[in-house]
Amino acid sequence: MSKPANRTVTLQRPALAPSGGRLWRPSYGAPLASVAVAVVVLIAWQYLPPMLGVPKYIIPRVSDLYLEMIRLWNQENLLKHFMSTASMSIVGFVLGGLLGAVFGYALGLLPTWEKVLSPYILALQIAPKVAFAPLFILWFGYNAWPKLIVTILVVFFPILVNVLQAMRIMDRDLVNLARAYNMSRTKIFFKIMLPFSMPNLLAGLRIGATLAVIGITVGELVGGEIGLGYLISFGQGQANTAMVFDAIALLTVIGIAMYWAVTAIESRVLHYLPKAAGAPSTKP
Amino acid sequence: MTVTSTVLQLRDVARRFPGRSAGAPPFTAVRDLSFNVGEGEFVSVVGPSGCGKSTLLNLVAGLDQPSEGTVSLHGVEVAGPSSHVGFMLQKDLLLPWRTVLHNVEFGLEARDMPAAERRERAMRELKRCRLTEFADRYPYQISGGQRQRAALARTLAINPDVVLLDEPFSALDAQTKLVLQKSFAATIAGSNLTTLLITHDLSEAVAMSDRILVMSDGPGRIVEEINVGLPDRDNPIARAGTPRASEIIKHLFHALHLGEREDA
Repeated sequence: MSKPANRTVTLQRPALAPSGGRLWRPSYGAPLASVAVAVVVLIAWQYLPPMLGVPKYIIPRVSDLYLEMIRLWNQENLLKHFMSTASMSIVGFVLGGLLGAVFGYALGLLPTWEKVLSPYILALQIAPKVAFAPLFILWFGYNAWPKLIVTILVVFFPILVNVLQAMRIMDRDLVNLARAYNMSRTKIFFKIMLPFSMPNLLAGLRIGATLAVIGITVGELVGGEIGLGYLISFGQGQANTAMVFDAIALLTVIGIAMYWAVTAIESRVLHYLPKAAGAPSTKP
Repeated sequence: MTVTSTVLQLRDVARRFPGRSAGAPPFTAVRDLSFNVGEGEFVSVVGPSGCGKSTLLNLVAGLDQPSEGTVSLHGVEVAGPSSHVGFMLQKDLLLPWRTVLHNVEFGLEARDMPAAERRERAMRELKRCRLTEFADRYPYQISGGQRQRAALARTLAINPDVVLLDEPFSALDAQTKLVLQKSFAATIAGSNLTTLLITHDLSEAVAMSDRILVMSDGPGRIVEEINVGLPDRDNPIARAGTPRASEIIKHLFHALHLGEREDA
């Protein structure tokens, strides 16, 4: 009698312990550890450089960054610079995304044109688009256009390439099905091709969202009078390292916000994919 | 089943494709195809792989045109995709971004039909295919057999004159296959649908059809026609056990030289 009872206990124990731990750890453990890492890094950042004799103009302390942020807000109209960069990033991202998608679908529907243009697309895709910024300043002057065009170019290609890819791997049987139902080409595009390409389009947009901030920043660095990129270049000229750090941090915030927005749209649009939904399957 | 009128007619149909390389002779996929399918009749086409079964299907669906001969539906020559032909493949081809109900409505969206009427017809087909409770599910949330039934509902929603089934059961496991064959047979017999089934499964052909056309390859042509002559067309499982069924299967086995073939 006691033997089988013992056996069940020894069998249950190792099974229970890790699963009990697993229930708790992933929900609270990882985020807590992430916060702990941040706290440790910030404390080290605050106290280590002064202890090692590193001057403030090389590595400003965390408290200096905070004070500089307040000074920028009060005296340098930080909000204006932040809003300029944020709005230009969004405008550039939207325009670049639209153009990339339109060209992607157009080339996907016109394979001959795609073949003719593909070497140039490849070359332009490889060319460092941000290097065009000084050129655009020569052409358009010191206004919003150079940075906007750089951003549009930077965002354009990943979206174009992703949409083209979707058009290439398109399920011909789905298109044939729609043809067999006597659907017009326009309807086939909107009812089959466009939704079919959504995962690729959104993957392209996700990449584009992070690149948009880079495009705007480079434009502002090379020739701007406004924006966080301009603050970086201004801060560098004055050896105000804290200002440079603060501007970089805010640029990152804009990038994260845009990336997060695209991800949120993505999980709404692609809810029909088992992975993206994240919801438990309701299979009977 | 009494044949009342001819729905689908093929007369001396041949389809040739250009040779793979320049100067190569054209490849003949099918030739001398002549047969009729009457209203409410269930005809199966069996044959070895590569005998041009899919070419035949594309010709009837209007996705492809014959090089010679004519394909006609109710006496009208098929010149392009027609909204009177229902079309179903091994792949269910449900659109993953649509619910089952919206997938069933898909074929009706090619027409100018009010949304309410479209919805009503789709619901009627879902009921006929016993999928009403799954109307709001997405394809990934239902089983393979349910997906195929949803595809049949979509096919039937357009009220087709003829239904083309291209190996609709071959991607399913053995048990689901039997259940689904029964379900399809009951639905098709209940609606008096004219059906052309393309399959490589001999027992499926015998269990489900009124007539079997045996095709041979290189190039594809019809070498034999078998009248099944069994009752219970709406219940293939009951049919499959009869001595006459196994006799036909045995005969088909020999007709297709399956015993001698080594290339698959």
